[in-house]
Amino acid sequence: MDRPRPLASTLKHLALGAYLVFLAFPLFWLISTSLKTPQELALIDPTIIPDAPTFDNFRAAFSEQPIVRSIVNTAFVSSVSAVLTVFLSIPAGYVMARYRSVVSRATIVWVLLSQIFPWVLVIIPLFLLLRNFGLYDSRLGLIIVYVVWSMPFALWMLRSYVASIPYELEEAAAMDGASKARALKDVIAPLLAPGVVAAGLFAFVSAWNEFLFALVLIRDPDLQTLSLTLVKFIGAEGVARLGPLAAASLVATIPSLIFFAFMQRRLTGGLLGGAVKS
Amino acid sequence: MTIRRVTTPARLAGAVVAAAALLLTACGGDDADSSDEDGGAATPGEVEEPEEPITLTFQTLAWQTASVEANEEIVEAWNEEHPNIQVELLQGDWNNVNDQLLTSFEGGTAPDVFHYESTTLQEFSDRGNVLDLNEYLSDEIRSDIREGAWDTVTYDGGVYGVPFLQESQVIFANATILADEGIELPTIDEPWTWDEFADVAGQLTTDDRYGVVFPLKSPANRILNLSRNFGADFFTDPAGEATAVFGDAESQVISRIHQMMYDDESAAPDGVGMSSTDALPAFFDGQYAMLPGAIWLRQQLIEQGPDGFEWVTLPALEGETQAQGAVAQTLSVSADTEYPEEAVAFTEYFLSAENQVKLAAGDWLLPTSQEAVTAPELNDPETGWDIAISTADTLEIAPFQLVKGFEEWKSKVANPAMQEYFSDQITLDDLGAQLTEEGNGILERYHR
Repeated sequence: MDRPRPLASTLKHLALGAYLVFLAFPLFWLISTSLKTPQELALIDPTIIPDAPTFDNFRAAFSEQPIVRSIVNTAFVSSVSAVLTVFLSIPAGYVMARYRSVVSRATIVWVLLSQIFPWVLVIIPLFLLLRNFGLYDSRLGLIIVYVVWSMPFALWMLRSYVASIPYELEEAAAMDGASKARALKDVIAPLLAPGVVAAGLFAFVSAWNEFLFALVLIRDPDLQTLSLTLVKFIGAEGVARLGPLAAASLVATIPSLIFFAFMQRRLTGGLLGGAVKS
Repeated sequence: MTIRRVTTPARLAGAVVAAAALLLTACGGDDADSSDEDGGAATPGEVEEPEEPITLTFQTLAWQTASVEANEEIVEAWNEEHPNIQVELLQGDWNNVNDQLLTSFEGGTAPDVFHYESTTLQEFSDRGNVLDLNEYLSDEIRSDIREGAWDTVTYDGGVYGVPFLQESQVIFANATILADEGIELPTIDEPWTWDEFADVAGQLTTDDRYGVVFPLKSPANRILNLSRNFGADFFTDPAGEATAVFGDAESQVISRIHQMMYDDESAAPDGVGMSSTDALPAFFDGQYAMLPGAIWLRQQLIEQGPDGFEWVTLPALEGETQAQGAVAQTLSVSADTEYPEEAVAFTEYFLSAENQVKLAAGDWLLPTSQEAVTAPELNDPETGWDIAISTADTLEIAPFQLVKGFEEWKSKVANPAMQEYFSDQITLDDLGAQLTEEGNGILERYHR
């Protein structure tokens, strides 16, 4: 076995450290900003660590805007959208990957085309449609829109995952007497898990951060999502109340961080190594 | 105040939504009925209580803590006094309200009463989205609000909103630096002229300090408003087939600022990329002695100024006059409201002199109520209120507010061209040519 070379190892760790700092700095800056006084936020030489940390910004954020309610609304809408998106995309992705037909190919092209269509063009027809169905100003209406919005990409992603799973595994299961359903459940589904998690995360994050649809489709303050609540800390002429905005944004980040931490260990690849002799 | 700059990625979205909304309007016809016309209420806020309870929706754009509290307090008081006309308070936001309102007008879900600004009312009235309040407004509110403010909401004889807050431009100065340099402060009766201001800026400039910084991130609105000092119109026939013009009057403020930046070197050139709040850290640090800005900036100075920082509000500059162009924040009633009389009654109640004091104090802006401006809390010299209030009589409707196509002229031609000029990349003649030749190409499309 080769012995690790100290210089290469040091450089690798340095690069990794720099990358971590690059990734973590925005979050660190958000924390720092949320703990600063208005005076400290207006210093000509910004401080990295607050001189006199204060929780006033958190108090202001929570007292002025329904942050918790918005988080609950957003978590609900995002989670349900993600689950529905994945639930609908798995069978569709499987069929598109395994059954090559004109319909399947046409569907793939349509999915791709739908990705380049600017959604802003459909916002008013969509608004009128949802209103006519009684879905304006409701969580269900927003969830439906988010599912439709996320599905093309999730479908494309899952189709690729299914295609990367060798068909020989299903054939082997069949040789051992497994029915089609059992092969899908016990052989394909576990191997598809990383793809499902990735598609679910994509759908969840898309819904969590979405603004324009929520702005147009939700009016009831009790139903408003985080993006609508956070923007209320930005006022006329783009002047922002940076402290409360940072505090609210930080709080808003926590649930999605927890969700990621929980899901990321399932995002493991390489499960197929050695499954089929090439 | 100035026209709001859409700072979000929704800018494109806004344009498309607006276009789509216009198309839908064209296809759908005008279903905006101006309601029954039973005549106006006798007294502000007075209306007969309906037998069955009704609910009005009111969308506010208040976002500062004190302002939000004032809104909630007023609505709560109304609801207590009017058990059968309850008002539901909705909070919108400045940066996306245009898209949101356009969509809700088309979908028939617009709030009964909404807060916005006078520059948008012409478009909304053309499309039949807002109620003409002429038949509803009481004599009291008509006489209490300044005539010049009413001008900002009046189009073709219709009154499409009630103006209540206005923004004016003043000068903020580092009091310690001015005192150290022995500068005699101007007064309301004897304000500085632009020439005197340039002299003082020169005196205050040192190796490590500029006498002044002009925040010019989006300069068009501010420049056009201030250019009223010299009678600049920038457009002929603004209410009709407007044409952009650029003559001696239009070049006065622009060339004076440029001269301070590049000839006198008393104005910081880095102001070109700054908003007013961007300039504050260096202003607090003493790198700039003076900062021209809008009166709402006083709140930021109080909140963010370091301990011991002494600042003073100085009167608006004088050219040929002290006139400034101004638009107004407004409350309007949706044309689709089922309860026009109640909605107008609430609007008048909300904008009574007493309530305007609270709203103005919350947003650090000028109330349009003539009674409100006499309130002691709006005349405190310590916080510059006396200077801010003194500008009330100099505000006049900004002519550009009437120009169809102004927003496009401003964003595609005026702002970029002025920034090039203030960056010393083009000459004054080049700027004039761009504002008129390129600008008129845009305006002509709106004449068809």
